[in-house]
Amino acid sequence: MFESFDPLILARAQFAFTLSFHFIFPALSIGLSSYLMVLEGLWLKTGKQVYLDLFHYWIKIFAIGFGMGVVSGIVMSYQFGTNWSVFSERAGSVIGPLMAYEVMTAFFLEAGFLGVMLFGMSKVGKGLHFFATCMVAIGTLISATWIIAVNSWMQTPAGHAIDTTGRFVPVSWIDIIFTASFPYRLAHTTLGAFLTTAFLVGAVGAWHLLKDSTNPGARKMFSMAMWMAALVTPVQILAGDQHGLNTLEHQPVKVLAMEGDFDPSPDGAHLVLFGIPSNADERVNYEVAIPHLGSLILKHDWNAPVPGLKDFPKEDWPPVIIVFWSFRVMVGLGFAMLGLGVWSLWARHRGKLYDWRWLHRSAVVMAPSGFIAVIAGWVTTEVGRQPWVIYGLMRTADAASPIAAPAIAVSLIAFIVVYFAVFGMGIHYMLRLMAKPPAVNEPEAEHLPQHAAGITPGASVASSQAGEG
Amino acid sequence: MAALDLPLIWAGIIGFAIFAYVVMDGFDLGIGILFHTLPPGKERDHAMNSIAPVWDGNETWLVLGGGGLLAAFPLAYAIILPATYPLIIAMLLGLVFRGVAFEFRWRDPAHQPMWDKAFTAGSLIAALSQGIILGAVLQGIHVENDAYAGGWLDWLSPFSLLTGAALVCAYALLGSTWLVWKTEGAGQDRARRNAILLGVLTLAGMGAVSLATPFLSIDYWYRWFEMPGLILTAPVPLLVAACALVLFTSLKNGSERLPFLMALALFVLCFAGLGISIYPNIVPPNITIWQAAAPDSSLAFMLVGAVVIVPLILAYSAWAYWVFRGKVGAHGYH
Repeated sequence: MFESFDPLILARAQFAFTLSFHFIFPALSIGLSSYLMVLEGLWLKTGKQVYLDLFHYWIKIFAIGFGMGVVSGIVMSYQFGTNWSVFSERAGSVIGPLMAYEVMTAFFLEAGFLGVMLFGMSKVGKGLHFFATCMVAIGTLISATWIIAVNSWMQTPAGHAIDTTGRFVPVSWIDIIFTASFPYRLAHTTLGAFLTTAFLVGAVGAWHLLKDSTNPGARKMFSMAMWMAALVTPVQILAGDQHGLNTLEHQPVKVLAMEGDFDPSPDGAHLVLFGIPSNADERVNYEVAIPHLGSLILKHDWNAPVPGLKDFPKEDWPPVIIVFWSFRVMVGLGFAMLGLGVWSLWARHRGKLYDWRWLHRSAVVMAPSGFIAVIAGWVTTEVGRQPWVIYGLMRTADAASPIAAPAIAVSLIAFIVVYFAVFGMGIHYMLRLMAKPPAVNEPEAEHLPQHAAGITPGASVASSQAGEG
Repeated sequence: MAALDLPLIWAGIIGFAIFAYVVMDGFDLGIGILFHTLPPGKERDHAMNSIAPVWDGNETWLVLGGGGLLAAFPLAYAIILPATYPLIIAMLLGLVFRGVAFEFRWRDPAHQPMWDKAFTAGSLIAALSQGIILGAVLQGIHVENDAYAGGWLDWLSPFSLLTGAALVCAYALLGSTWLVWKTEGAGQDRARRNAILLGVLTLAGMGAVSLATPFLSIDYWYRWFEMPGLILTAPVPLLVAACALVLFTSLKNGSERLPFLMALALFVLCFAGLGISIYPNIVPPNITIWQAAAPDSSLAFMLVGAVVIVPLILAYSAWAYWVFRGKVGAHGYH
């Protein structure tokens, strides 16, 4: 029944679906593990109970999210081979070692210390436990660095040669890792993960403030999150702007698709606010635009000329409507985040941070903003580089495995059913934990494995930490 | 670097990663396979807790095996994965169910029976898929122009189903001997009884796979029964018999660690046998390690890291095991 489907479209749909779902969890793990590190560090430094309470509150949520990140990530590491075997065979010598380094330097670090972080507070003592928490947080950042290096090489390839059989061969590893777009992409993605977490934490804090504005845990987490919103969002907008300029230099077609600039603008480009771009019509229908603003944003110059998509072969255009709109979703959310951050600064200045209920309500509404922005940003950059899988060198259509449509259709359906069922339940469990207010003397997870022989220097800590009963 | 045979070294490293995966995730998948035979309540909780702090690290070896294969032998990766497509997908989905159940069963007591079922079914599917993949590779993959050229059900054969069933039994044997080590009382008694039955089944499976393998291809026959392969293959059955003897006596006489170590020894011997069968190929019947290898510049770049980092990984993984040593939940301190 699936013979008439295009296996390429199915394989792309499967990759996009599994990656979008996967991306939710590392975006959270990266931010939340650093947040947990900060909380535990502050607790060790100040001895204040509220930090330990928040640590215990968020680590239960982290445990669920991390597990889902692991299992959905294993799927990604095998999908290069199952569905993109031609790409794997030709580019494996270049991207494979970077991914192997990701496993060796990041995944093992996270996994090795995760057990101690989740279950070991009473087994190893405070100092070693904090060390384990730091290792998990650093591991998530190392992991992000390697996988962004892989993605950046696919976007702005460098440091390789192509041999007579069409395979990519490494020439300079420094050039392969530090490609033109790598630093911008890394900064933009990592800040995105931090902001995603900050807005989630802020929303949970605000939710509980709306019910009880005296809850110390809720006040502390809301305050910390709003500092992040106020201070990091402007940095992120700046990083995004720089990333955009870099993209204009190296992948101009992508930026033109983001802007909806079909025609060249020799006297300065307008900024399209709204419209329905159409590849077939080669124009933006129902366009609402502001003159010259596009050049100001892209070139930081009112009248600078900007090329148009029509300057490039049409077979190299991405589907403009997707890129155009995903970009607007991301930018719109970015400015909404900035607005909330500024509002919180004003409230803090007035001494009303824990009192302004509309601020709290807005923060609750913004809970998913980071997740949506991160996925929209990813759609922008990945759909925007189509039709290439290795930009300018290898087309996506030439990269797929020789697998018949029915097999991919069945696996795609299986992924959709299983992911919605399993991860849907997982997200439900996370939300249920977040719905409970943080308590004073917040208990540890109730299912810590207990082993008899673990008589360690941490045993004395155990008695004071055994809050569960 | 030029003097080193980098493809051979990397074949060794990836062989080690796969072996590390098989024995480490093997015992946690084995516990998953047996999970439903344990009575709900303390015994299940203890079995789960005996692996909860380490399963994630164990499973990372699977990612290293896959990622390492892509990096060091891209051609093999690009042939084996499409050739076993439905099995890989089934394994991944099985691991999804299995992996989330660790947290979910505690988070949702009302649905704990459902997540326990998901844990068992996920573990079983993952183990069975891995075993069938092994059989599919051994029986040979149809390759033309450096790409997989078969259909999407070529892997299915009586032989691959046999290797699938044998691996399920072997994982369950590892899991039950791990429980003999880590638990006590009624749970340990049950694990002992299970281990005896599973030991018999595992040996039967190993015997059947060994008997069938030389008939898959004349190459296997030569490697096993002619010099110099014979020097390597001849001691294997004797060592298997010795390990089996120690396994069953140790299960009878109350030893706690020896059964697990003997089950591990059986895996080592199986792995050696597989190595003798396949070498020097990486994708039977005719793609060799050297044909499939990435250029030396890739292999050398990774080797620098692997030499430094893999021992570190082994060290802190060992520390994590040591932190959670001893019997599970024996005398809870509450």
